[in-house]
Amino acid sequence: MAEPRLVVLQGADERDLTKLSEYRAIGGYDALAKARALAPQAVIDELLASNLRGRGGAFFATGRKWSFIPKPDQNPNPHYLVVNADESEPGSFKDNEILSRVPHRFIEGCLITAHAVESKHVFVYIRGEYLGPFEAVRDALEEIRDDERLLGGVTIVVHRGAGAYICGEETALLESLEGKRGQPRSKPPFPAISGLYASPTVVNNVETLATVPPIVAMGGAAYAKLGVENSTGTRVVSLSGNLVRGGNYEVAHGITLRELIYDLGGGIAEGRELKAVIPGGSSTVILTAEEIDVPYDYDALAEVGTAMGSAGVIAIDDRCCMVQLGIRVSEFYEHESCGKCTPCREGTRWMTAILRKLEAGEASDSELDLLLDVCDRINGKCLCPLGETAAMAVASYVLKFRDEFLAHLDGGCPFGSQSPLDGVVAPVNQHTHSPVAEVPA
Amino acid sequence: MSALHDEIRELMALYPEARSATLPALRLAQEKHGWLSPEALREAAEGLGETPAYCMSVASFYDMFHLEPVGRHLVEVCTNVSCALVGAQQVLEAFERELEVRAGETTEDGEVTLRTVECLGGCGWATIVALDHRYRTHVQANDVGAIVEELRADG
Ligand SMILES: Cc1cc2nc3c(=O)[nH]c(=O)nc-3n(C[C@H](O)[C@H](O)[C@H](O)COP(=O)(O)O)c2cc1C
Ligand code: SF4
Ligand code: FES
Repeated sequence: MAEPRLVVLQGADERDLTKLSEYRAIGGYDALAKARALAPQAVIDELLASNLRGRGGAFFATGRKWSFIPKPDQNPNPHYLVVNADESEPGSFKDNEILSRVPHRFIEGCLITAHAVESKHVFVYIRGEYLGPFEAVRDALEEIRDDERLLGGVTIVVHRGAGAYICGEETALLESLEGKRGQPRSKPPFPAISGLYASPTVVNNVETLATVPPIVAMGGAAYAKLGVENSTGTRVVSLSGNLVRGGNYEVAHGITLRELIYDLGGGIAEGRELKAVIPGGSSTVILTAEEIDVPYDYDALAEVGTAMGSAGVIAIDDRCCMVQLGIRVSEFYEHESCGKCTPCREGTRWMTAILRKLEAGEASDSELDLLLDVCDRINGKCLCPLGETAAMAVASYVLKFRDEFLAHLDGGCPFGSQSPLDGVVAPVNQHTHSPVAEVPA
Repeated sequence: MSALHDEIRELMALYPEARSATLPALRLAQEKHGWLSPEALREAAEGLGETPAYCMSVASFYDMFHLEPVGRHLVEVCTNVSCALVGAQQVLEAFERELEVRAGETTEDGEVTLRTVECLGGCGWATIVALDHRYRTHVQANDVGAIVEELRADG
Protein backbone atom coordinates (compact mmCIF):
# COMPACT_ATOMS: atom_id res chain seq x y z
CA MET A 1 0.00 0.00 0.00
CA ALA A 2 2.96 2.28 0.40
CA GLU A 3 3.81 3.81 -2.94
CA PRO A 4 6.66 6.19 -2.44
CA ARG A 5 6.91 9.61 -4.16
CA LEU A 6 3.18 9.85 -4.82
CA VAL A 7 2.40 13.51 -4.85
CA VAL A 8 4.79 15.97 -3.28
CA LEU A 9 7.99 14.28 -4.45
CA GLN A 10 6.44 12.83 -7.58
CA GLY A 11 8.90 12.63 -10.47
CA ALA A 12 11.92 13.53 -8.38
CA ASP A 13 13.50 10.08 -8.65
CA GLU A 14 13.26 10.06 -12.44
CA ARG A 15 14.24 13.64 -13.24
CA ASP A 16 16.23 16.53 -11.87
CA LEU A 17 13.24 18.65 -10.90
CA THR A 18 15.44 21.44 -9.60
CA LYS A 19 15.60 22.51 -13.26
CA LEU A 20 12.75 24.55 -14.67
CA SER A 21 12.82 22.73 -18.03
CA GLU A 22 12.51 19.33 -16.34
CA TYR A 23 9.70 20.53 -14.11
CA ARG A 24 7.94 22.01 -17.14
CA ALA A 25 8.31 18.70 -18.95
CA ILE A 26 6.09 16.97 -16.39
CA GLY A 27 3.46 19.69 -16.50
CA GLY A 28 5.04 21.99 -13.93
CA TYR A 29 3.35 25.38 -13.47
CA ASP A 30 0.26 24.16 -15.37
CA ALA A 31 -1.62 24.08 -12.08
CA LEU A 32 -0.71 27.72 -11.54
CA ALA A 33 -2.30 28.66 -14.86
CA LYS A 34 -5.34 26.58 -13.95
CA ALA A 35 -5.65 28.27 -10.55
CA ARG A 36 -5.23 31.77 -11.96
CA ALA A 37 -8.10 31.10 -14.35
CA LEU A 38 -10.27 30.52 -11.28
CA ALA A 39 -11.53 33.09 -8.81
CA PRO A 40 -9.58 33.04 -5.51
CA GLN A 41 -12.60 31.61 -3.69
CA ALA A 42 -12.80 28.72 -6.16
CA VAL A 43 -9.20 27.79 -5.34
CA ILE A 44 -9.99 27.90 -1.63
CA ASP A 45 -13.01 25.66 -2.31
CA GLU A 46 -10.76 23.16 -4.04
CA LEU A 47 -8.53 23.08 -0.96
CA LEU A 48 -11.54 22.68 1.30
CA ALA A 49 -12.64 19.71 -0.82
CA SER A 50 -9.19 18.14 -0.55
CA ASN A 51 -9.32 18.43 3.24
CA LEU A 52 -5.56 19.08 3.19
CA ARG A 53 -4.39 19.75 6.71
CA GLY A 54 -1.21 21.66 7.54
CA ARG A 55 2.01 19.66 7.54
CA GLY A 56 3.85 21.94 9.98
CA GLY A 57 2.62 20.14 13.08
CA ALA A 58 -0.76 21.53 14.11
CA PHE A 59 -2.68 19.80 11.27
CA PHE A 60 -5.03 22.73 10.77
CA ALA A 61 -7.20 22.60 7.63
CA THR A 62 -5.43 24.68 4.99
CA GLY A 63 -8.53 25.79 3.09
CA ARG A 64 -10.12 26.99 6.33
CA LYS A 65 -6.99 28.90 7.29
CA TRP A 66 -7.01 30.67 3.95
CA SER A 67 -10.69 31.51 4.25
CA PHE A 68 -9.98 33.45 7.48
CA ILE A 69 -8.01 36.02 5.51
CA PRO A 70 -10.16 39.12 5.09
CA LYS A 71 -10.99 40.12 1.54
CA PRO A 72 -9.09 43.18 0.29
CA ASP A 73 -12.21 45.36 0.65
CA GLN A 74 -12.52 44.29 4.30
CA ASN A 75 -8.89 45.08 5.11
CA PRO A 76 -6.98 47.31 2.72
CA ASN A 77 -3.56 46.48 4.22
CA PRO A 78 -1.29 44.33 2.08
CA HIS A 79 -1.84 40.60 2.58
CA TYR A 80 1.17 38.40 3.19
CA LEU A 81 2.01 34.78 2.63
CA VAL A 82 4.77 33.66 4.98
CA VAL A 83 6.33 30.25 4.45
CA ASN A 84 7.49 28.33 7.46
CA ALA A 85 10.72 26.67 6.30
CA ASP A 86 12.27 26.73 9.75
CA GLU A 87 12.15 22.94 10.14
CA SER A 88 14.05 22.32 13.38
CA GLU A 89 12.02 19.65 15.17
CA PRO A 90 14.39 16.81 16.10
CA GLY A 91 13.53 13.87 13.85
CA SER A 92 12.18 15.99 10.98
CA PHE A 93 14.00 16.59 7.72
CA LYS A 94 11.26 16.41 5.08
CA ASP A 95 11.19 20.11 4.16
CA ASN A 96 14.94 19.92 3.64
CA GLU A 97 14.40 17.31 0.91
CA ILE A 98 11.32 19.01 -0.57
CA LEU A 99 13.10 22.35 -0.96
CA SER A 100 16.25 20.69 -2.29
CA ARG A 101 14.59 18.37 -4.80
CA VAL A 102 11.30 19.97 -5.89
CA PRO A 103 11.88 23.71 -5.38
CA HIS A 104 9.72 24.63 -8.37
CA ARG A 105 6.74 22.66 -7.07
CA PHE A 106 7.13 24.50 -3.81
CA ILE A 107 7.35 27.88 -5.56
CA GLU A 108 4.32 27.01 -7.69
CA GLY A 109 2.45 26.26 -4.47
CA CYS A 110 3.43 29.65 -3.09
CA LEU A 111 2.18 31.41 -6.22
CA ILE A 112 -1.15 29.54 -6.22
CA THR A 113 -1.62 30.31 -2.53
CA ALA A 114 -0.80 33.98 -3.10
CA HIS A 115 -3.55 34.03 -5.72
CA ALA A 116 -6.03 32.34 -3.37
CA VAL A 117 -5.48 34.80 -0.52
CA GLU A 118 -4.95 37.78 -2.84
CA SER A 119 -1.41 38.51 -1.76
CA LYS A 120 1.44 40.00 -3.78
CA HIS A 121 4.14 39.42 -1.17
CA VAL A 122 5.65 36.09 -0.20
CA PHE A 123 8.33 35.71 2.45
CA VAL A 124 10.06 32.36 2.81
CA TYR A 125 11.55 32.08 6.29
CA ILE A 126 14.16 29.34 6.03
CA ARG A 127 16.31 28.18 8.91
CA GLY A 128 19.80 29.65 8.71
CA GLU A 129 21.51 26.27 8.77
CA TYR A 130 19.78 25.14 5.55
CA LEU A 131 22.39 26.40 3.11
CA GLY A 132 21.76 23.69 0.47
CA PRO A 133 17.96 24.07 0.44
CA PHE A 134 18.34 27.86 0.43
CA GLU A 135 20.53 27.67 -2.64
CA ALA A 136 18.07 25.34 -4.40
CA VAL A 137 15.19 27.77 -3.86
CA ARG A 138 17.32 30.80 -4.73
CA ASP A 139 18.46 29.16 -7.98
CA ALA A 140 14.91 28.11 -8.88
CA LEU A 141 13.69 31.66 -8.28
CA GLU A 142 16.52 32.95 -10.42
CA GLU A 143 15.26 30.75 -13.29
CA ILE A 144 11.81 32.36 -13.26
CA ARG A 145 12.96 35.86 -12.29
CA ASP A 146 12.11 37.44 -15.63
CA ASP A 147 9.01 35.41 -16.29
CA GLU A 148 6.26 37.83 -15.39
CA ARG A 149 3.66 35.36 -16.64
CA LEU A 150 4.65 32.98 -13.91
CA LEU A 151 5.28 35.55 -11.19
CA GLY A 152 2.16 37.59 -11.96
CA GLY A 153 3.39 40.60 -9.99
CA VAL A 154 4.17 38.57 -6.88
CA THR A 155 7.52 39.10 -5.15
CA ILE A 156 9.13 36.22 -3.28
CA VAL A 157 11.81 37.12 -0.72
CA VAL A 158 13.82 34.34 0.87
CA HIS A 159 14.72 35.28 4.43
CA ARG A 160 17.29 33.25 6.32
CA GLY A 161 16.96 32.61 10.04
CA ALA A 162 19.91 32.43 12.38
CA GLY A 163 19.49 29.38 14.60
CA ALA A 164 16.54 29.20 17.00
CA TYR A 165 14.05 26.31 17.12
CA ILE A 166 11.33 28.53 18.57
CA CYS A 167 11.22 30.56 15.34
CA GLY A 168 9.25 27.64 13.86
CA GLU A 169 6.32 28.67 16.05
CA GLU A 170 4.40 30.92 13.70
CA THR A 171 4.19 34.08 15.80
CA ALA A 172 7.83 33.81 16.90
CA LEU A 173 8.66 33.42 13.22
CA LEU A 174 6.81 36.66 12.44
CA GLU A 175 8.67 38.49 15.22
CA SER A 176 11.94 37.18 13.86
CA LEU A 177 10.99 38.20 10.32
CA GLU A 178 10.29 41.68 11.64
CA GLY A 179 13.90 41.83 12.84
CA LYS A 180 13.38 41.06 16.51
CA ARG A 181 14.19 38.34 19.01
CA GLY A 182 12.04 35.34 18.11
CA GLN A 183 9.62 35.23 21.01
CA PRO A 184 6.03 34.08 20.51
CA ARG A 185 3.16 36.57 20.62
CA SER A 186 0.01 35.92 22.54
CA LYS A 187 -2.95 34.83 20.43
CA PRO A 188 -5.49 36.14 19.55
CA PRO A 189 -5.15 38.07 17.37
CA PHE A 190 -4.24 35.28 14.97
CA PRO A 191 -1.93 35.97 12.04
CA ALA A 192 -4.85 35.83 9.60
CA ILE A 193 -6.11 39.06 11.14
CA SER A 194 -2.91 40.64 12.45
CA GLY A 195 0.27 38.91 11.36
CA LEU A 196 3.34 40.29 9.63
CA TYR A 197 3.48 44.10 10.16
CA ALA A 198 0.05 43.74 11.79
CA SER A 199 -1.47 42.82 8.42
CA PRO A 200 -3.49 39.76 7.33
CA THR A 201 -1.01 36.89 6.99
CA VAL A 202 -1.15 33.24 6.07
CA VAL A 203 1.61 31.11 7.57
CA ASN A 204 2.02 27.72 5.92
CA ASN A 205 4.56 24.95 6.05
CA VAL A 206 6.77 24.01 3.07
CA GLU A 207 5.16 20.60 2.55
CA THR A 208 1.66 22.07 2.79
CA LEU A 209 2.50 24.49 -0.02
CA ALA A 210 4.23 21.86 -2.15
CA THR A 211 1.03 19.80 -1.95
CA VAL A 212 -1.09 22.61 -3.36
CA PRO A 213 -0.15 22.32 -7.07
CA PRO A 214 -0.95 18.58 -7.26
CA ILE A 215 -4.26 19.25 -5.50
CA VAL A 216 -5.19 21.92 -8.01
CA ALA A 217 -4.04 19.67 -10.85
CA MET A 218 -5.97 16.55 -9.80
CA GLY A 219 -8.87 18.33 -8.07
CA GLY A 220 -9.57 18.44 -4.35
CA ALA A 221 -12.00 15.53 -4.41
CA ALA A 222 -9.48 13.22 -6.10
CA TYR A 223 -6.82 14.14 -3.54
CA ALA A 224 -9.25 13.45 -0.70
CA LYS A 225 -9.53 9.86 -1.95
CA LEU A 226 -5.88 9.27 -1.04
CA GLY A 227 -5.15 8.44 2.57
CA VAL A 228 -7.94 8.03 5.09
CA GLU A 229 -10.86 10.08 6.33
CA ASN A 230 -9.69 13.14 8.29
CA SER A 231 -6.12 12.49 7.22
CA THR A 232 -6.42 12.72 3.48
CA GLY A 233 -3.59 12.52 1.01
CA THR A 234 0.03 11.74 1.47
CA ARG A 235 2.69 12.68 3.92
CA VAL A 236 6.43 12.85 3.60
CA VAL A 237 7.54 10.89 6.64
CA SER A 238 11.08 11.27 7.97
CA LEU A 239 12.52 8.01 9.30
CA SER A 240 15.57 8.09 11.56
CA GLY A 241 17.23 6.47 14.53
CA ASN A 242 18.31 2.82 14.70
CA LEU A 243 16.97 1.83 11.29
CA VAL A 244 18.55 0.03 8.38
CA ARG A 245 17.32 2.67 5.89
CA GLY A 246 16.65 6.08 7.32
CA GLY A 247 15.34 8.73 4.95
CA ASN A 248 12.19 10.46 3.74
CA TYR A 249 9.34 8.34 2.42
CA GLU A 250 6.16 9.72 0.92
CA VAL A 251 3.24 7.51 1.91
CA ALA A 252 -0.53 7.69 1.96
CA HIS A 253 -1.86 8.32 5.45
CA GLY A 254 -3.10 5.14 7.10
CA ILE A 255 -0.01 2.99 6.63
CA THR A 256 0.94 1.56 10.02
CA LEU A 257 3.98 2.59 12.00
CA ARG A 258 5.10 -1.03 11.79
CA GLU A 259 5.06 -0.89 7.97
CA LEU A 260 6.95 2.39 8.03
CA ILE A 261 9.63 0.95 10.29
CA TYR A 262 9.98 -2.55 8.91
CA ASP A 263 8.94 -2.31 5.25
CA LEU A 264 10.26 1.13 4.33
CA GLY A 265 12.91 1.64 6.99
CA GLY A 266 14.22 -1.90 6.60
CA GLY A 267 13.78 -2.74 10.27
CA ILE A 268 16.13 -2.22 13.19
CA ALA A 269 19.82 -1.96 12.36
CA GLU A 270 22.39 -4.54 13.44
CA GLY A 271 19.65 -7.09 14.08
CA ARG A 272 18.62 -5.43 17.33
CA GLU A 273 15.20 -5.21 18.94
CA LEU A 274 12.89 -2.24 18.70
CA LYS A 275 12.27 -0.69 22.10
CA ALA A 276 10.33 2.51 21.46
CA VAL A 277 9.23 4.89 18.75
CA ILE A 278 8.92 8.66 18.80
CA PRO A 279 6.18 9.05 16.19
CA GLY A 280 6.13 12.73 15.21
CA GLY A 281 9.32 14.51 16.22
CA SER A 282 10.75 14.86 19.71
CA SER A 283 7.77 16.92 20.89
CA THR A 284 5.43 13.91 20.73
CA VAL A 285 4.51 11.26 23.29
CA ILE A 286 6.57 8.08 22.92
CA LEU A 287 5.14 4.69 21.90
CA THR A 288 6.40 1.32 23.05
CA ALA A 289 7.32 -1.44 20.60
CA GLU A 290 3.95 -3.04 21.36
CA GLU A 291 2.05 0.02 20.14
CA ILE A 292 3.32 0.26 16.57
CA ASP A 293 0.40 -1.34 14.80
CA VAL A 294 -1.29 2.02 14.97
CA PRO A 295 -2.13 3.54 11.58
CA TYR A 296 -0.16 6.66 10.79
CA ASP A 297 -3.03 9.13 10.72
CA TYR A 298 -4.17 11.99 12.91
CA ASP A 299 -7.13 10.33 14.62
CA ALA A 300 -5.53 6.93 15.15
CA LEU A 301 -2.44 8.47 16.73
CA ALA A 302 -4.59 10.72 18.92
CA GLU A 303 -6.44 7.63 20.10
CA VAL A 304 -3.23 6.16 21.47
CA GLY A 305 -2.41 9.48 23.12
CA THR A 306 0.19 10.82 20.76
CA ALA A 307 0.42 12.87 17.58
CA MET A 308 1.76 12.94 14.04
CA GLY A 309 3.45 16.30 14.73
CA SER A 310 5.97 17.01 12.02
CA ALA A 311 6.08 13.37 10.84
CA GLY A 312 9.53 12.63 12.19
CA VAL A 313 9.60 8.96 13.21
CA ILE A 314 12.54 8.05 15.44
CA ALA A 315 13.10 4.33 16.06
CA ILE A 316 14.95 3.49 19.26
CA ASP A 317 16.58 0.12 19.86
CA ASP A 318 16.98 -1.89 23.06
CA ARG A 319 20.35 -0.44 24.05
CA CYS A 320 18.97 3.00 24.75
CA CYS A 321 18.39 4.17 28.32
CA MET A 322 15.11 6.03 28.68
CA VAL A 323 16.46 8.29 31.42
CA GLN A 324 19.29 9.34 29.13
CA LEU A 325 16.74 9.92 26.38
CA GLY A 326 14.80 12.11 28.81
CA ILE A 327 17.92 14.10 29.62
CA ARG A 328 18.80 14.72 26.00
CA VAL A 329 15.26 15.72 25.03
CA SER A 330 14.87 17.92 28.09
CA GLU A 331 18.21 19.61 27.40
CA PHE A 332 17.03 20.45 23.90
CA TYR A 333 13.94 22.25 25.12
CA GLU A 334 15.89 23.90 27.93
CA HIS A 335 18.28 25.29 25.31
CA GLU A 336 15.51 26.36 22.95
CA SER A 337 13.05 27.87 25.42
CA CYS A 338 12.70 31.52 24.47
CA GLY A 339 12.59 32.46 28.15
CA LYS A 340 9.33 34.38 28.07
CA CYS A 341 7.31 32.18 30.47
CA THR A 342 8.67 31.08 33.82
CA PRO A 343 7.21 27.54 33.81
CA CYS A 344 8.92 26.73 30.52
CA ARG A 345 12.19 28.58 31.14
CA GLU A 346 12.71 27.26 34.68
CA GLY A 347 10.75 24.02 34.41
CA THR A 348 12.84 22.58 31.61
CA ARG A 349 16.00 23.23 33.68
CA TRP A 350 14.43 21.46 36.62
CA MET A 351 13.46 18.52 34.44
CA THR A 352 17.03 18.13 33.27
CA ALA A 353 18.45 18.49 36.77
CA ILE A 354 16.20 15.82 38.27
CA LEU A 355 16.81 13.45 35.37
CA ARG A 356 20.56 13.88 35.82
CA LYS A 357 20.27 12.98 39.50
CA LEU A 358 18.25 9.91 38.54
CA GLU A 359 20.82 8.88 35.97
CA ALA A 360 23.59 9.20 38.57
CA GLY A 361 21.66 7.02 41.00
CA GLU A 362 21.36 9.88 43.49
CA ALA A 363 17.62 10.45 43.31
CA SER A 364 14.94 9.25 45.68
CA ASP A 365 11.40 7.98 45.08
CA SER A 366 9.98 11.39 45.82
CA GLU A 367 12.16 12.98 43.18
CA LEU A 368 10.62 10.79 40.50
CA ASP A 369 7.28 12.17 41.62
CA LEU A 370 8.80 15.64 41.66
CA LEU A 371 9.78 15.20 38.02
CA LEU A 372 6.19 14.42 37.05
CA ASP A 373 5.05 17.29 39.25
CA VAL A 374 7.36 19.72 37.43
CA CYS A 375 5.99 18.48 34.09
CA ASP A 376 2.52 19.07 35.42
CA ARG A 377 3.40 22.62 36.42
CA ILE A 378 4.54 23.41 32.89
CA ASN A 379 1.55 21.83 31.18
CA GLY A 380 -1.14 24.30 30.19
CA LYS A 381 0.66 27.21 31.86
CA CYS A 382 2.69 28.54 28.95
CA LEU A 383 2.21 30.97 26.13
CA CYS A 384 3.15 28.61 23.31
CA PRO A 385 3.25 24.82 23.00
CA LEU A 386 7.04 24.45 23.37
CA GLY A 387 7.03 24.06 27.13
CA GLU A 388 4.13 21.69 27.37
CA THR A 389 5.16 19.42 24.53
CA ALA A 390 8.55 19.08 26.25
CA ALA A 391 6.84 18.21 29.51
CA MET A 392 4.40 15.76 27.94
CA ALA A 393 7.09 14.00 25.94
CA VAL A 394 9.41 13.48 28.91
CA ALA A 395 6.55 12.53 31.23
CA SER A 396 5.57 9.85 28.71
CA TYR A 397 9.00 8.21 29.06
CA VAL A 398 8.44 7.95 32.81
CA LEU A 399 4.89 6.68 32.49
CA LYS A 400 5.64 4.08 29.81
CA PHE A 401 9.03 2.94 31.10
CA ARG A 402 8.45 3.37 34.80
CA ASP A 403 10.29 0.18 35.75
CA GLU A 404 13.38 1.45 34.05
CA PHE A 405 13.18 4.74 35.95
CA LEU A 406 12.64 2.86 39.22
CA ALA A 407 15.65 0.69 38.47
CA HIS A 408 17.77 3.86 38.47
CA LEU A 409 16.79 4.64 42.06
CA ASP A 410 19.11 2.07 43.53
CA GLY A 411 22.56 2.12 42.08
CA GLY A 412 22.13 4.28 39.01
CA CYS A 413 21.89 3.45 35.33
CA PRO A 414 21.55 -0.23 34.38
CA PHE A 415 22.63 0.58 30.82
CA GLY A 416 25.62 2.82 31.45
CA SER A 417 27.90 3.25 28.48
CA GLN A 418 26.01 0.48 26.60
CA SER A 419 23.48 3.14 25.72
CA PRO A 420 24.42 5.34 22.75
CA LEU A 421 23.03 8.37 24.57
CA ASP A 422 25.44 7.99 27.47
CA GLY A 423 27.32 11.22 28.19
CA VAL A 424 26.19 12.97 25.01
CA VAL A 425 27.30 16.60 25.05
CA ALA A 426 24.34 18.83 24.31
CA PRO A 427 24.81 22.48 23.33
CA VAL A 428 23.37 23.55 26.67
CA ASN A 429 26.38 21.95 28.38
CA GLN A 430 29.11 23.55 26.38
CA HIS A 431 30.64 26.95 26.53
CA THR A 432 28.60 29.13 24.19
CA HIS A 433 28.28 32.82 23.55
CA SER A 434 25.29 33.27 25.82
CA PRO A 435 26.16 32.26 29.35
CA VAL A 436 23.99 29.48 30.72
CA ALA A 437 23.08 29.93 34.36
CA GLU A 438 23.90 27.17 36.82
CA VAL A 439 21.39 24.35 36.71
CA PRO A 440 19.53 24.09 40.01
CA ALA A 441 21.23 21.58 42.30
CA MET B 1 30.47 54.68 3.27
CA SER B 2 31.56 51.05 3.44
CA ALA B 3 30.50 48.29 1.08
CA LEU B 4 28.74 46.66 4.02
CA HIS B 5 26.69 49.80 4.52
CA ASP B 6 25.52 49.71 0.89
CA GLU B 7 24.69 46.04 1.06
CA ILE B 8 22.63 46.55 4.19
CA ARG B 9 20.75 49.38 2.49
CA GLU B 10 19.94 47.04 -0.40
CA LEU B 11 18.64 44.43 2.00
CA MET B 12 16.43 46.96 3.76
CA ALA B 13 14.76 47.81 0.46
CA LEU B 14 13.47 44.21 0.18
CA TYR B 15 11.11 44.66 3.11
CA PRO B 16 8.10 46.89 3.78
CA GLU B 17 9.72 47.71 7.14
CA ALA B 18 13.47 48.14 7.14
CA ARG B 19 14.04 46.56 10.54
CA SER B 20 13.28 43.18 8.94
CA ALA B 21 16.79 43.37 7.48
CA THR B 22 18.32 42.98 10.96
CA LEU B 23 19.13 39.26 10.72
CA PRO B 24 20.55 39.43 7.18
CA ALA B 25 22.54 42.53 8.11
CA LEU B 26 24.03 40.83 11.14
CA ARG B 27 24.89 37.84 8.99
CA LEU B 28 26.77 40.08 6.54
CA ALA B 29 28.60 41.89 9.33
CA GLN B 30 29.60 38.55 10.83
CA GLU B 31 30.83 37.28 7.47
CA LYS B 32 32.98 40.39 7.08
CA HIS B 33 34.47 40.40 10.59
CA GLY B 34 34.46 36.68 11.38
CA TRP B 35 32.33 37.32 14.45
CA LEU B 36 30.04 40.00 15.81
CA SER B 37 32.74 42.09 17.43
CA PRO B 38 31.74 45.45 18.93
CA GLU B 39 32.96 47.03 15.73
CA ALA B 40 30.88 44.65 13.57
CA LEU B 41 27.80 45.40 15.65
CA ARG B 42 28.44 49.14 15.33
CA GLU B 43 28.73 48.85 11.57
CA ALA B 44 25.57 46.76 11.26
CA ALA B 45 23.69 49.17 13.52
CA GLU B 46 24.86 52.17 11.56
CA GLY B 47 23.67 50.60 8.30
CA LEU B 48 20.31 49.64 9.78
CA GLY B 49 19.75 52.90 11.61
CA GLU B 50 19.37 50.98 14.87
CA THR B 51 21.50 51.17 18.00
CA PRO B 52 24.35 48.70 18.61
CA ALA B 53 22.52 47.67 21.78
CA TYR B 54 19.48 46.72 19.72
CA CYS B 55 21.63 44.66 17.38
CA MET B 56 23.30 42.99 20.35
CA SER B 57 19.95 42.11 21.93
CA VAL B 58 18.78 40.48 18.72
CA ALA B 59 22.06 38.73 17.95
CA SER B 60 22.27 37.17 21.41
CA PHE B 61 18.99 35.33 20.78
CA TYR B 62 20.30 33.29 17.85
CA ASP B 63 22.83 30.45 17.90
CA MET B 64 24.42 31.23 14.57
CA PHE B 65 25.67 34.63 15.69
CA HIS B 66 29.03 34.61 17.41
CA LEU B 67 29.50 37.16 20.14
CA GLU B 68 33.05 36.08 20.69
CA PRO B 69 35.80 35.18 18.24
CA VAL B 70 35.61 31.81 16.50
CA GLY B 71 38.08 29.95 14.32
CA ARG B 72 38.29 30.40 10.58
CA HIS B 73 36.58 27.05 10.23
CA LEU B 74 33.52 25.91 12.11
CA VAL B 75 32.85 22.23 12.82
CA GLU B 76 29.37 21.63 14.18
CA VAL B 77 28.36 18.15 15.31
CA CYS B 78 24.67 17.44 15.82
CA THR B 79 24.18 15.55 19.06
CA ASN B 80 20.40 15.51 19.10
CA VAL B 81 18.52 12.23 19.52
CA SER B 82 18.62 10.71 16.02
CA CYS B 83 22.30 11.44 15.57
CA ALA B 84 23.16 10.42 19.13
CA LEU B 85 21.40 7.07 18.65
CA VAL B 86 23.86 6.14 15.91
CA GLY B 87 27.05 7.42 17.49
CA ALA B 88 27.25 11.23 17.38
CA GLN B 89 29.09 11.30 20.71
CA GLN B 90 31.84 9.07 19.30
CA VAL B 91 32.09 11.39 16.30
CA LEU B 92 32.38 14.38 18.62
CA GLU B 93 35.06 12.69 20.71
CA ALA B 94 37.03 11.83 17.58
CA PHE B 95 37.00 15.53 16.62
CA GLU B 96 38.05 16.44 20.17
CA ARG B 97 41.03 14.08 19.94
CA GLU B 98 41.98 15.08 16.42
CA LEU B 99 41.74 18.83 17.07
CA GLU B 100 42.93 18.68 20.69
CA VAL B 101 40.06 20.83 21.95
CA ARG B 102 36.86 20.23 23.88
CA ALA B 103 33.40 20.90 22.44
CA GLY B 104 32.87 24.67 22.47
CA GLU B 105 36.55 25.53 22.08
CA THR B 106 38.82 26.83 19.32
CA THR B 107 42.18 25.33 18.40
CA GLU B 108 45.21 27.20 19.70
CA ASP B 109 46.16 28.40 16.24
CA GLY B 110 42.72 29.96 15.88
CA GLU B 111 41.92 27.78 12.88
CA VAL B 112 39.01 25.59 13.93
CA THR B 113 36.12 25.97 16.37
CA LEU B 114 34.38 22.75 17.39
CA ARG B 115 30.92 22.78 18.88
CA THR B 116 27.84 20.65 19.25
CA VAL B 117 24.55 21.89 17.84
CA GLU B 118 20.91 20.89 18.06
CA CYS B 119 19.14 18.96 15.28
CA LEU B 120 20.31 20.14 11.87
CA GLY B 121 17.39 18.60 9.97
CA GLY B 122 19.20 15.65 8.42
CA CYS B 123 18.35 13.01 11.05
CA GLY B 124 17.82 10.08 8.65
CA TRP B 125 21.33 10.56 7.29
CA ALA B 126 22.98 10.71 10.73
CA THR B 127 25.44 11.62 12.03
CA ILE B 128 25.28 15.09 10.54
CA VAL B 129 28.34 17.33 10.80
CA ALA B 130 28.24 20.84 9.36
CA LEU B 131 31.64 21.94 8.05
CA ASP B 132 31.52 25.68 7.51
CA HIS B 133 27.75 25.17 7.10
CA ARG B 134 27.98 22.43 4.47
CA TYR B 135 26.38 19.22 5.72
CA ARG B 136 28.31 15.97 5.77
CA THR B 137 26.02 12.99 6.12
CA HIS B 138 26.54 9.51 7.61
CA VAL B 139 29.69 10.66 9.41
CA GLN B 140 31.33 8.04 11.60
CA ALA B 141 34.14 8.36 14.09
CA ASN B 142 36.65 6.82 11.71
CA ASP B 143 35.90 9.45 9.02
CA VAL B 144 37.02 12.25 11.29
CA GLY B 145 40.77 12.09 10.63
CA ALA B 146 40.27 12.62 6.90
CA ILE B 147 37.77 15.42 7.47
CA VAL B 148 40.17 17.32 9.70
CA GLU B 149 43.00 16.84 7.22
CA GLU B 150 40.78 18.28 4.51
CA LEU B 151 39.96 21.31 6.65
CA ARG B 152 43.62 21.93 7.45
CA ALA B 153 44.60 21.56 3.80
CA ASP B 154 42.00 24.19 2.95
CA GLY B 155 44.38 26.58 4.75
C1 LIG C 1 7.76 25.20 19.16
C2 LIG C 1 7.14 25.09 17.80
C3 LIG C 1 7.93 24.86 16.69
C4 LIG C 1 7.37 24.76 15.42
N1 LIG C 1 8.20 24.54 14.36
C5 LIG C 1 7.67 24.48 13.11
C6 LIG C 1 8.51 24.32 11.97
O1 LIG C 1 9.74 24.22 12.10
N2 LIG C 1 7.95 24.27 10.74
C7 LIG C 1 6.60 24.40 10.57
O2 LIG C 1 6.11 24.40 9.45
N3 LIG C 1 5.77 24.56 11.63
C8 LIG C 1 6.28 24.61 12.89
N4 LIG C 1 5.43 24.82 13.95
C9 LIG C 1 3.99 24.98 13.68
C10 LIG C 1 3.67 26.43 13.27
O3 LIG C 1 3.44 27.19 14.45
C11 LIG C 1 2.44 26.53 12.38
O4 LIG C 1 1.41 25.82 12.96
C12 LIG C 1 2.65 26.02 10.98
O5 LIG C 1 3.77 26.59 10.39
C13 LIG C 1 1.45 26.32 10.14
O6 LIG C 1 1.60 25.79 8.83
P1 LIG C 1 0.64 24.63 8.30
O7 LIG C 1 -0.78 25.03 8.64
O8 LIG C 1 0.89 24.62 6.84
O9 LIG C 1 1.05 23.40 9.00
C14 LIG C 1 5.98 24.89 15.25
C15 LIG C 1 5.17 25.11 16.37
C16 LIG C 1 5.74 25.21 17.63
C17 LIG C 1 4.84 25.45 18.79
S1 SF4 D 1 6.40 28.22 26.36
FE1 SF4 D 1 8.64 28.47 26.37
S2 SF4 D 1 9.18 28.88 24.25
FE2 SF4 D 1 6.95 29.19 24.41
S3 SF4 D 1 6.72 31.40 24.81
FE3 SF4 D 1 6.85 30.39 26.80
S4 SF4 D 1 9.05 30.44 27.37
FE4 SF4 D 1 8.89 30.89 25.17
S1 FES E 1 19.14 14.72 15.16
FE1 FES E 1 20.98 15.19 14.10
S2 FES E 1 20.22 16.09 12.29
FE2 FES E 1 18.38 15.74 13.42
